[in-house]
Amino acid sequence: MGFEKFGRKSFTAITKTAKFVDLLAEGKVEGTVCKDCGAKFFPPRADCAKCFSKNMDWFEMPKKGKLETFATAYYAPFGFEADPPYTMGLVDFGNNLKLFARMAKDIKPEDIKVGMDVTIRTLKYEDNQLSFEIAKA
Amino acid sequence: MKKEVAVIGVGQSNFVRGYEGSIRELAFEAFREAMQDAGITQKEVDASIFCSAPEYDKQRSPAGVLAEYMGLIPQPTFYVESVCSSSSTGVKVAYGMIKSGLHDVVVVLGFQKMSEITSAESQERMGRGADIQWEAPFGTMMPAYYALYAQAYMAKHGLTHEDLMSVRIKSSSYGSMNERAVYRKSLTPADFDPNNPNTKLPSPVAWPLRQGDCCANADGSSCIILANAQKAKAFSKKPIWILGIGAASEAVNMAARPDFTKGLSVGYGAAAQAYKMAGIAPKDVKVAEVHDCFTIAEIMAYEGLGFAPAGEGKKLIREKTTYKEGKIPVNVDGGLLSKGHPIGATGGSQIRTIVLQLRGKAGPMQVAGEPDIGLVHNIGGVGLYGNVTIFGRD
Repeated sequence: MGFEKFGRKSFTAITKTAKFVDLLAEGKVEGTVCKDCGAKFFPPRADCAKCFSKNMDWFEMPKKGKLETFATAYYAPFGFEADPPYTMGLVDFGNNLKLFARMAKDIKPEDIKVGMDVTIRTLKYEDNQLSFEIAKA
Repeated sequence: MKKEVAVIGVGQSNFVRGYEGSIRELAFEAFREAMQDAGITQKEVDASIFCSAPEYDKQRSPAGVLAEYMGLIPQPTFYVESVCSSSSTGVKVAYGMIKSGLHDVVVVLGFQKMSEITSAESQERMGRGADIQWEAPFGTMMPAYYALYAQAYMAKHGLTHEDLMSVRIKSSSYGSMNERAVYRKSLTPADFDPNNPNTKLPSPVAWPLRQGDCCANADGSSCIILANAQKAKAFSKKPIWILGIGAASEAVNMAARPDFTKGLSVGYGAAAQAYKMAGIAPKDVKVAEVHDCFTIAEIMAYEGLGFAPAGEGKKLIREKTTYKEGKIPVNVDGGLLSKGHPIGATGGSQIRTIVLQLRGKAGPMQVAGEPDIGLVHNIGGVGLYGNVTIFGRD
């Protein structure tokens, strides 16, 4: 249990990576790294796809990245009707590490550009759901 | 080019918003047409494959139910799913079963009745065709995913909203000729003018994509009947042969994808396999159906299929190369944008169009010059699955 607290609305309750949500509560956005071969994963995985190990550890995601692309939703799926418009983006940290999330509400839509410097931070919604978002660097 | 498996019958229901019937009745419309087209009865069919995306209607395990209604029991039947590419995946499976010698004649039937749920529910289900653990919690949906590709591509390659509009305008001009399409109105730039109070097409859905850039949900069915060479020659005067099949998959999570400026990797991968198997090059294709679930997807498909170099897909629409009279006509049946996109039926509908084109029986949509090679590009999810199938005639 625990993963139902992830995001605006979670569709998954049980996962071996549920510690991700506890880390969010501590203000950390972390991926997993294989203790045997060193492969890094984000989003986190419980199993190493490279060497089949299940000895995984957590590592904190980099703070500085570039916005690779973004999209602004003016309509929302069932269960998210109160939220639009909201912008989702993809951050490239280099070294094959990327992250997908919503962009912080305090960034003006006209200021969002492909290639801009961004950072990531955790957030807590008013209903205590935990998530992370892309913020201005 | 090996001619071992052929299409001997094609059928499609009207694609509509709100079909007045159940899924078995919807499926039968395409089945009836394909069986009459092939000129066979159920006793000539050795197996059936049913294809759709789940959760739009309430029927679980639809294959058995639909096989009974088609009159295809006690032959083997089963269900195949790869969301929007389900029915071209079904054709690939049927090809394998026939080529292996397991069966001689196989029916592939794609169907979808999307109107039983609301548009918002449908967006939620489609969003759950992507990564439900790590992405759906942000409120993702198909238009937003494709908008990620559009944003990156437009920023790098100078593709404009006017180019995207041109894709929809081309589509609509052929949709107006297709009596099976949901949208029959021929559009003009005025339909995309934000100052025009009589149109909703310019309004943003998932920016940079507007309503006019998105295909619509629909109810529909399609049916493709395949046979081995011996049966094809016995049943059909004009068998249309499968010359090449390619299929690929990609990471579901956007964070695991290498480059958003290059389009969908499955399009490139599936095309390369299909061309190699058919022993042809992109320039040999005389007519194509590509998966234009969004206008940007058609531009990306041009490049994945090798009709244009990377970043130059826009030239094909600007220079009208992909019009009916152009060098490589694309989606001259109106595409998903005009026909509507009943998910599980779409691949079969694309195949039907190409088969009719190669038979010279596409009516007002017929491409001139008696095309001998046609191609179908059918994508599942946000480039999660991709199938490219190449067809040829005798």
